[in-house]
Amino acid sequence: MITAIGSKTVSSVSALGRIGIFSWQMFRWLVPGLFQWRTWTRAMPLFYEVGNRTLPVILITGTFVGLVLAIQSYDQLRAAGFEDRMGVLVTLSLVKELGPVLAGIMVAGRVGGALTAELGTMRVTEQISALRVMGTDPIRQLVVPRFLACLLLTPLLTFFCDLCGSLAGWFIAVVLKGIPSQAYWYYVADAVETWDVSVGFGKSIVFGGGIALIACYKGFFCRTGAEGVGRACTESFVASFIMILVTDFFIGTLFTGLYVGIYGFKSLV
Amino acid sequence: MQPETTTESSKTPPKEIIRLVDVHKHFGDLVVLDGITVGLRAGQTTVIIGESGSGKSVILKHIIRLLRPTRGEVHYQDQRIDLLPEAELAPIRARFGFLFQLSALFDSMTVGQNIAFPIHELTRRSHSEIEEDVKRKLALVGLDGTQNMWPAELSGGQMKRVALARAIALDPEIILYDEPTTGLDPPRADVINELIIKLQRELGVTSVVVTHDMASAGKVSDRVLMLYRGKFIFDGTPEEILRSEDQRVRCFVEGHCYEEDRRTL
Repeated sequence: MITAIGSKTVSSVSALGRIGIFSWQMFRWLVPGLFQWRTWTRAMPLFYEVGNRTLPVILITGTFVGLVLAIQSYDQLRAAGFEDRMGVLVTLSLVKELGPVLAGIMVAGRVGGALTAELGTMRVTEQISALRVMGTDPIRQLVVPRFLACLLLTPLLTFFCDLCGSLAGWFIAVVLKGIPSQAYWYYVADAVETWDVSVGFGKSIVFGGGIALIACYKGFFCRTGAEGVGRACTESFVASFIMILVTDFFIGTLFTGLYVGIYGFKSLV
Repeated sequence: MQPETTTESSKTPPKEIIRLVDVHKHFGDLVVLDGITVGLRAGQTTVIIGESGSGKSVILKHIIRLLRPTRGEVHYQDQRIDLLPEAELAPIRARFGFLFQLSALFDSMTVGQNIAFPIHELTRRSHSEIEEDVKRKLALVGLDGTQNMWPAELSGGQMKRVALARAIALDPEIILYDEPTTGLDPPRADVINELIIKLQRELGVTSVVVTHDMASAGKVSDRVLMLYRGKFIFDGTPEEILRSEDQRVRCFVEGHCYEEDRRTL
């Protein structure tokens, strides 16, 4: 048993080391690549793939989360006499937590899995080796554009998720429950600060970059055969999902502490 | 017995362009190459034969440094390449063409884009020059006009020929062929053999062919090496291998199973 634990620990630490080296190599190509037109021409089709094709699922997710939050909270807020502040609960939850996390999970599921499958198949069919043989670095060629696409478009998708959720909350509050629209938006504008939007935005950048690195790493080093590619896709999604939840906790804790340290506690009621 | 890796000849033998010295390769506990030493001569077609899984493709991947030896040295011309960092390998790799066993065409690119890719990446040629290059390379393998097709629309033989056109896109000095005829019917396999001969004749390239197809080996080779359990057990001409007395060589050439394998059945 001790041997099994030791072996598992060693393999986990080795995997962390490998992903660290992989990330370092990617960043070494990323910085000069930002100033090369070729990097952006490679990234353009991926922007479409990551952004445009993920947008519908993000819009649906954001809308229904906003609807559910509003429906679930209305009775409790009404009992406490705070129903006109329902927008605060819905919008703040979305902007700070649910928007980045749900958009991240959607990107990990729809885009991360596809990236791992694509790169895994390229590895299995020796296309990645072919790139190396032709004197081209496959990390520069394949990983940098995918990283850029996820890094830049996850925050945009998060913005749309937040927007749809807030509008869905407004629909329940104003159209169905009769809360004045002016009051709804007044309290939202009062409670949601630039700080909250920035924290949510920052989280989505971290999630987007992390998803791309995990997905590309899993594809690059997947085992041979159809089973290897399938397993890599599953591992990619699970690892991205865990990364999102764990980093969300740490970023949330860090920035909540910072906010209280700088501005003091702010009551929303 | 480890054979001599250089043969005596009345005329001066061609210069060795690639040299592997005491190369060992282990994957975990599995020993794939067990201390091979060989020099490959410029302008010749060397065929490496051996049973499946004997490490033939591993040798090719060492030559182009897709793999590093566990122990030993790999030299290209006078330069030791097994220790070079990846960044310094790019100009050396540009002198090689590699035909992969599965063709390894980029399936997100058309045939034309596949062949244009290395030219576009490693040279400063204009768009029209690249188009002209692509046309010429495709004509060389008999597939001009397929520029706008996708790899998925090609037959197995056509894919190999397109992959070959891509391998010669940068006019390499050395072409490495990994199982070029595997999976093809005999007439299509012979088209590939004819192409290997044509490229060697017209471009004067050095070729290293890994195969277990004896018909192909006999047709294209100037020199045959046989790999068995991690070591070379034969080094000679295609005529000499047919006269070999070594039982292991005879089994392979005549297509019989090895005695030790027969005993396990």
